[in-house]
Amino acid sequence: MAEGGTEVAIDLPDSVVISKLDKLASWCRKNSLWPMPFATACCGIELMATGASRHDLARFGAEVFRFSPRQCDLMIVAGRVVMKMLPVLQRIWQQMPEPKWCISMGACASTGGVFDTYCVVQGVDRFIPVDMYVPGCPPRPEQLIQAIIDLQDKIQHGGRLDGTEFNRITGEQSGRPLLELPVIGQTTNVPY
Amino acid sequence: MVISQEMIDRLQRQFPNCTTSEALEQARVVVVRQDLQEVFQWLKEESGFDLLVDVTCVDYLNYRGAQQRFGLVYLLANTETSERLTLRVMLDETDLEVPSAVPTWEGADWLEREVWDMFGIHFTGHPDLRRILMPEEFIAHPLRKDYPLQGRGERHNFPVLTRQTGLK
Ligand code: SF4
Repeated sequence: MAEGGTEVAIDLPDSVVISKLDKLASWCRKNSLWPMPFATACCGIELMATGASRHDLARFGAEVFRFSPRQCDLMIVAGRVVMKMLPVLQRIWQQMPEPKWCISMGACASTGGVFDTYCVVQGVDRFIPVDMYVPGCPPRPEQLIQAIIDLQDKIQHGGRLDGTEFNRITGEQSGRPLLELPVIGQTTNVPY
Repeated sequence: MVISQEMIDRLQRQFPNCTTSEALEQARVVVVRQDLQEVFQWLKEESGFDLLVDVTCVDYLNYRGAQQRFGLVYLLANTETSERLTLRVMLDETDLEVPSAVPTWEGADWLEREVWDMFGIHFTGHPDLRRILMPEEFIAHPLRKDYPLQGRGERHNFPVLTRQTGLK
């Protein structure tokens, strides 16, 4: 039975679940994020650690790092991007099929970090859309995993089958704050 | 290793226009540009300096007591005797042409490209004098002291991609 207990006119056998198409598509998308590792500097090492066995990104369905943008739907920019690299980043972003998301990992990718010089781009979000920022220099793998969990939340609750959430105006209207992680010892009424 | 006094004397006899000094047990020779090509040849053929370790440059703009703007530096080594020599040529803004060291030491190729890229020193006779670090379309020479640290807006001169650009 669909959420809210909607009445349906036909009798369904017990083994059938009905849902909204938008929710189903988002559920599929969020659980099979294929990252494109755009690792240009030291943050890339933490990105590798995140994918390796100790932190095991496979638990969240995002372990399939592919080096071909055609097979990816999550760009993870890990490290500083210099002005010679930015056209490459943009080309790779354009080559990724829709729907796609982007995580800007670390201080450098998000703001340029300490590298405020003539050749380092001061934040990739000036030139490509970014969904999640991960602070830190470098962020720990847990932080990156949290960003992926938050991105999954965003996809599940904002995603549409036809991708209209990417349209700037309708997307902003349907925006909602991310769920907070439950704090130990506190009861929360939002199921995570 | 410290260079022998005999070697220094020979150099000075051969090229009377050069000045030599020593610091931290390193011999430093300042030669005039007109001699440069011959100095290269002589050092390699006659004195066994067969390894060009580095070519780099210093911008002395606003430096206390500096007479000329650029100091082009060649670090040389003799792999048989382990002698080392620092060769320097002083250049001034209007005329930044020096003969390339590539005919003498092949290894100067990329080193000189880097000095050209960063300081705009022009090496005549270089086989392939292109930028090596900065993008081809870059105009400035960023390691010069009068170039602002944060650039002149080059790092922000790119098209902005939005979701809409991608969705078309
Ligand atoms: S944020 Fe820190 S760790 Fe990451 S690329 Fe920049 S300097 Fe390296």
